[in-house]
Order: sequence, then C-alpha cells, then structure tokens
Amino acid sequence: MTEIKEKLVQWDPADIKSKLIAKYPPKVARKRAKQIMINEALENETPEITANVRTIPGIITMRGCTYAGCKGVIMGPTRDIVNLVHGPIGCSFYAWLTRRNQTDAGENGENYIPYAFSTDMQEQDIIFGGEKKLTTAIQEAYDIFHPKSIAIFATCPVGLIGDDIHTVARLMKEKFGDCNVYAFSCEGYKGVSQSAGHHIANNQVFRHIVGENDEVKPGKFKINLLGEYNIGGDGFEIDRIFKKCGITCISTFSGNATYDQFASAHTADLNAVMCHRSINYVADMLETKYGIPWVKVNFIGAQSTAKSLRKIAAYFDDKELIAQVEKVIAEEMPEVETAAAEVRTRTEGKTAMLFVGASRAHHYQGLFNEMGMKVISAGYEFAHRDDYEGRQVLPLKVDADSRNIEEIEVEADETRYAPRKTPEQMAELEKAGMDFKNYNGLIPDMEKGTLIIDDLNQYEAEKLVELMKPDIFCAGIKEKFSIMKLGIPMKQLHSYDSGGPYAGFKGAVNFYQEIDRLTSSKVWAYLKAPWQENPELTAAYVWE
Amino acid sequence: MLLRHTPKEIPERKALAINPAKTCQPIGAMYAALGIHGCLPYSHGSQGCCAYHRSTLTRHYKEPVSAATSSFTEGASVFGGQANLLQGINNIFTVYEPDVIAVHTTCLSETIGDDLPQIRKKAIMEGKIPEGKYVLGASTPSYSGSHVTGFSTMVKSMVEFSERTDKKNGKINIIPGWVEPSDMEEIKRMAQLTGVETIIFPDTSGVLNGPMTGKYKMFPDGGTTIEELKSTGDSIGTLALGEWCSAAAARELDKKCKVPCKGLDMPFGLQATDRFVDALRTIAGVSVSDELSFERGQLVDLITDMHQYFYKKKVAIAGDPDQVIAMVEFLVSIDMCPVHIVTGTPGKKFEKRIKELTEGMGIDVNVKAKGDLFLLHQWMKNEPVDLLICNSYGKYMARDEDVPLIRWGFPILDRQGHQYFPTVGYKGGLRLLEKILNALLDRKDRDDPETSFELVL
Repeated sequence: MTEIKEKLVQWDPADIKSKLIAKYPPKVARKRAKQIMINEALENETPEITANVRTIPGIITMRGCTYAGCKGVIMGPTRDIVNLVHGPIGCSFYAWLTRRNQTDAGENGENYIPYAFSTDMQEQDIIFGGEKKLTTAIQEAYDIFHPKSIAIFATCPVGLIGDDIHTVARLMKEKFGDCNVYAFSCEGYKGVSQSAGHHIANNQVFRHIVGENDEVKPGKFKINLLGEYNIGGDGFEIDRIFKKCGITCISTFSGNATYDQFASAHTADLNAVMCHRSINYVADMLETKYGIPWVKVNFIGAQSTAKSLRKIAAYFDDKELIAQVEKVIAEEMPEVETAAAEVRTRTEGKTAMLFVGASRAHHYQGLFNEMGMKVISAGYEFAHRDDYEGRQVLPLKVDADSRNIEEIEVEADETRYAPRKTPEQMAELEKAGMDFKNYNGLIPDMEKGTLIIDDLNQYEAEKLVELMKPDIFCAGIKEKFSIMKLGIPMKQLHSYDSGGPYAGFKGAVNFYQEIDRLTSSKVWAYLKAPWQENPELTAAYVWE
Repeated sequence: MLLRHTPKEIPERKALAINPAKTCQPIGAMYAALGIHGCLPYSHGSQGCCAYHRSTLTRHYKEPVSAATSSFTEGASVFGGQANLLQGINNIFTVYEPDVIAVHTTCLSETIGDDLPQIRKKAIMEGKIPEGKYVLGASTPSYSGSHVTGFSTMVKSMVEFSERTDKKNGKINIIPGWVEPSDMEEIKRMAQLTGVETIIFPDTSGVLNGPMTGKYKMFPDGGTTIEELKSTGDSIGTLALGEWCSAAAARELDKKCKVPCKGLDMPFGLQATDRFVDALRTIAGVSVSDELSFERGQLVDLITDMHQYFYKKKVAIAGDPDQVIAMVEFLVSIDMCPVHIVTGTPGKKFEKRIKELTEGMGIDVNVKAKGDLFLLHQWMKNEPVDLLICNSYGKYMARDEDVPLIRWGFPILDRQGHQYFPTVGYKGGLRLLEKILNALLDRKDRDDPETSFELVL
C-alpha cells in the first residue's frame, strides 16, 4: 500500500495535462486541451468536455471508421444475415472474424459469421459504376445460400461514385420475395469515428427489420438487450442469468442475433440498454413508435449485474420475479465474493487506465473497484458528450460532421403503439427511483483529480503511462504492444485478447483472475538481464 | 461445422467474392514502409483503413505497428485531402520526428483524384518537410491488384532515394519481397556466409520482431537506412526475389541508375534456394562457403530420410503468388502433389507457372489466380487432400474437412514463430519440412489403429 500512495502523490493532474500537450503545434495543443479534462467530480455542475470532434490528421489515433462501426460493430455479430460488403476487398477482409463475436447456431441453424462476402470492386467498377456488379453479387449470394436476409454495406468509393445501393437492394428484395435486402450508406469517411456507423446501422435496422414479425413470443417478462455484442461470450453469460431469473430476451442487439430477433423486437416490454453510445437511437425509436420504455443497464461487474437485474425486476413489478432475481443473486454472489477476496490480497490499491469504446471505459470501472483497484485516467475513443456528462446535456450542438448523419423521424405506430405502463405507473416507478431513458455518463463515477481524456492518441498514451505509471492499461489491439514494451501489462477491452466472458457473475470471476494474472505475474520481472542489472565486472572474482 | 453453408457443387461466380485469399494494396505499402529505418507509414484516406491495417499487422506480429492517417471527413472527400495531408505531415514531423514519412493512397483518395506528387511539392514549398527529412509517396488504390501489389509499389517508390555516383560500392542489392522479418534476417545471413556485401530493402528484421526491454522505441533499430537506399544506385547488381513483389523495384533501379537486375523466385525450398545462392555467387564472383553447402546437404538429407511420408501426399495451398510458386516447386521436388492452388492476387502468369511446375506430376491440378478460399474449400470437398497450407483463415476449412493445416503466409493470427524462425533458405527448408512432417505424422499417430501404432517412424 505504501508504494501505491507514493505513486498517487507523484503527480499533479494539471502538470500531467500540460506535459501531454507540450510538444504539439499550437493549433493541435489548443484542440487537445479541450478534450483533456481534470475531473473535479462536482456534484451538480459537470464541466464540459469536447468529444465527437474530428481526429487530427497525422496524430496517431485509436479510432476507426464509420464502416467499422456499422458493419464491424452492429451488424457483424448477427449470424443469419449475409453481410455483403460493396467495395474493394480490404474492408470485408479486415472485418472478417476479428472482433471475437461468438455465435451459436446449434446443429442446423444458420451461421454466416465465419464467412466474408465482398463485391471486390475493381478499377472498371469505380469508373463505370458498381451497381451491376452489386446486383449480380446479391443474386449469387441468394442462389448459393438462400438466406433470410442480405445486408449491403457501402465502403468509401461507393458514395463517391454514386452507386445507388438502396435502389439495388429494394429491387432485389422485390425480386426475391422471401429475402429482405437493405443497404447501409456507411462510407468510411462519414462522421468522425465509428460512432456515425452505429447511428447509420441503428436507423436501417429500425427502418427495414424491426416490426417485420408480429408473432407474440412466449414469456412473461420480455425484454430486449440493446448494445451487447457477445464478444468473448458475454451475451451467453447474460442469457444464462436471464434464463435463471425467468426473464425472456426477445432480441439482443446484436450479439449472436438473428434476423427474426430484430424483426420481433417491438414485441418486448422493456429495452435494457448496455452500450449507450452504439444503440441508444434504437431504444429511443422503439419507445416512440411502439411505446416500449428503456432503462440503462450494465452487466459488467457483479454489483452492476445485480443492480441491473433488480432494476428489470422492479420495472415489471412482479413479486415472483423480484424474489427469483434475489434468489439468483444470492446464489451467484458467494462464488464472486470468494474470487474477489482471493485476488484482492494482491490487487488492492493498484491503479488502472481505461481508454476504450464509449461505454466500456465506464462499465469496467465497477469491476476494477470490486478488486480494490483505482482508475486514475479514462476516456472514450468515439463517445459524444452525453456519454461523459450524462444525457442532461442533450440535445448537443449539430456541427458540420454530425449534420451529415441522418436522423430519422419516427412516429407512434398507428396500430401497434402500446404504452407498456400507464402514466401513473411510470410516475410511480420514477418516484421509486427508476431512471427511465437516462444515462449519467462516466464523469460522475470518477474521482476528483483523475484525468478524463477523449480520443487519446498513441503519443499521449505513452506519455501518460510514463508519467502516471499505472499497474495496468486497457485499450485496443493497436495500442497493446507499445504499452507492453514499456513493461506495463495491457488488457484489450475491445476484443478481450483471448479471454472472456467478462459480463455477469461468471464473467466477473474471469475478469478478476485475468487482471490478477496480468498485474501479479513474475513474467514482468525479466526485462533486464543479470549483466544489465549489474554491469560492473566485480562478479568475476567469484571464480577465484 | 464452421463453414456449414459451403456447398460441394461449384456454380460460377462472377461478382461475389467469398472468403478472400487477398486483401487490399495499402496494407502491403504499410508493411514495406516499416522496412525503412525511422519511417512512419502514412495512410492518405479515411482513418478506418489505417486502423484496420495496423490491427492486422499487429495481430500478425504481436508487435507495435505505428502509422498515421489523413483522417478524411466528408468535407475532405468533397474538397480533396490536400489540407489534411499537409497538416498531417507538419504534425508528424513535430510530434513523432521520423526520418521519413511514407505516404500511400487508398481507394478514397484515389477516387477523388488527389495528386500525391503535387501535394508533396506543396509541402516542400511550404517548408513543412524539415531539412534532412523525407516524404515518400506510393499510389496504392485498393480497387486494383492486391496487398502484394501495394507492397511492390511502395518498394518501387523507395528507388527514388537511389543515387548514382561514379563509384561502385561493391555491394549487391537484394529485394526480398514480402517475407517475414526472420526471412530477411536469414537472407542477410546467407549472403554473409557467401561473403557478399548486400543492401537489402525493405528490411523489417529488428522492426517487427523486436525485444522486450521496458523501453518503447517508436522507430526501432532495424530497417534499411536512407544512406543504404541512396547507395543502391551504386551497387553491382540487384537480385529481385519474387516477380510479383520485387521485380518492379529492380527494373526501376535498372532504369534509373543502370544497376543490372536479375529476377528470381523467392528462395523457399531446395531448388529456389539453390538458384538464389548460385546467382549471388555468380554476380559477386565468389565461391560458396562450405557452411552453406553443409546446410544444403542437411536439407537434402532430411528430404531423402523421410521421403516415404512425402511421397504422393496431396496438398491444397492458398497464398500469395511468389510464395505459392516457390512452395509448389518445393512440394513437387519432394514428390508431394499440390492439387488445389489458389492465390487472390490477379495475374495470368501465375496459373501458367503453376501448370508448368506441376506438369510432370501426372495428376490434374486446380489452379486459380484471383480465386478465393471458398473456391479452394469447394475443391477440397470434391477432391480431398492430406494437407492444407494456408494463412490462419485456413483453420476453418481444416477443421471442417479434418485436414492437417500448416500456417504459412499472411496473416497468421493464431500462432507464433513466423517472426522469429525463417522458412527461406536451406535452414528455412528444414523448418518447412519439420512442419510438414509434424502435421502428417501427428495425424498418422492420431488415426492409426492400435495394432499398427508405431514407436519408430
């Protein structure tokens, strides 16, 4: 513990901030200064951070593109939709099986996850247009696989040459009759990060799939789980817990999801939102059009999982469900607590940095807290201000980049809009503490004096690690090895390296053990050879 | 079944690529650029390209891969990316201080028609490139060629550094092509054993197989230096290993500085290595060292010792043209039968060359340039094989068809060793044979009935 305390007093956040931006050209320094915030943890008055703004050319960013957000994040994890990428080969290739989205299609089910589909556009397609090739490719996919649905994704050149992918999709859908075809204009240059791609995916899923199947599914407590992508099997663990509690998940957006799950999403009675950034649009639209309320949940961390389950039970206001949820929590917690207590002897007081996503840098703080660890700096890669400061800052100012991302107007469905609760019930639930349609963001959960940094880049990451010396750094694959070379353990929190699940109760145990492995291992002690530790030659006398 | 929807029947596909055996040009340009000492690769396009290329290279090498991007927005896509590139160059030289920025284009910047040479001229005029620093450029639109083409194009653009003085440097240039850092190291060692002084470019050894020291060097010690690249114009000759990867640069150097060049296959396997060593010896006018001849003898020894396990074994291969050509020759030379052969990179010469190499085998061969792994898998369903040689994506086919797999090529995302242990040269040949034998014999030990299960193989 003494060692930790020393570490904490070593630095002053204002000094760190000034060191992070000292080397930048003045224009870059000014811009970055607005994206680096020293948390003052004020009760009611949240300081403003700049987020969701352009990446600076030349500054080595962690961010990806709109296509990655749309195809890679949201639609990639679906398993029975043929995700056809319209563009040169690379975009489809790089998004092929690299995100560790697990799927289970059983013995005879459909699973296209191990496949990559592309129109492999060539120069002549760029010159003369690629619509014809796209049409043929859709036909070939249909003839070979007979899928329920084919999704088309635009890559950069598609928008530039003006291929009308939406018309191609509509015509093919009409032609097939038994296969829903739709397209996503998710060219990589749109927006400023993956985030724009999430929004585009949300819009099209809502427009073309949600509401297509009115069949009433069995189940007493029906929810949708939004923003859970089954990386490392997280979704499977959450499904296990739901099942044990008696909660029916109609649709997951979008881990191991099927076309039919999306199509039936409007038949659920509550939307539970995991990743606020990537999926809040669908949650809002489901509420407006079908009257399904949404609440923010978090199944990362045992405490958060328990809290989220209680929240769902409270919403349904059913004694049996409430009792069952309590029973499940009581059953699951001992194993978690034993594991936490075991690692805490080593992890207590250690420090972490989290730079990932637009919810994980927040969600994972709970897990670290459960291990007695402290998050000294965190930030998102592609978040908006509401993910930091909470939804009370909405609506945000529209700028030149966000203006280009479509906002679809949704109205209450004439026949299918049905409020799940009466206004009185809603009021009562709110009075009892149910926080509908709200997310408070990352900032309130971080301590005073911690550093919150948006769109952290490689240079700043290296500096930050050198200056603050965390015991573990969490980000993505591109950041992993430059941090490790510094002798600091690194955990990928996008794809979990080779681990997971980390969600739910069993996931918490996995995570404690993984972080303990990383921060307590002897392997980090081998960096120096004996002759580098003691370069003097006196040891030679030993021979005498 | 993982690839449960892949049918045995093979309908013709004109437009749909499934499970590609190639990726796009820019990643090749990025890999090549990492082989210049002190160089920061730069992707002129939207930031997703750069993120994807860095991620793939990082997963393959388990090493840091730094590269920057122009981070195009919709505005830049409409008005052109010049402002982004100029700003990027300025920021990079201020913050990261590399010796060289190697800019490659993407489908985005090529489609809108950004003119790289003109932008570079502007950067020079505006003083954005500090004294003694360089900006290199390569046009690598993702919609033509493949990752191999992008590699070749970036290597060719390195010739720009070459200078011809009146004095020859007594060295031989070796353009190794897209091989692993360990392979580049091995090529250098073999040249050294032969007593030949070389300049090898690009050279990713020491860059993408670096040590763990507690210090992060954004620009590691390895890589071909600018001085060396300049000096290539004064070399005695150039050996270009691999037609697809290296010939363009060698010809360019010949054109620019009158350095004569010879194109060779990549030195994988016995005969291609023989030709490489022989060419090296002839050009430099030296005799081959006993040590290298000894290594050759060891390779022949293993081939003859274990020939019974190679004989008539059927193999399916996917990979890049230069590598696959050399591998097919090697397999045929040890009496194995490569029967299904696919590369994703276009080029008619590939099919012709494979047909020539497999002519005497007496078995029909399926070969396709610009094919994909889906097609290879279908061929395997129709005509089963004993062994699959492929990058990591091959493991899905291998598991479904219960065929042993040797991971070879790019990318390898699930095994280690390629960055440390070469597969080129005689030593590399030994390693390839060890891999082949382990795969085949592990399978034999798994499948043999107890009655004929044997200790000695």
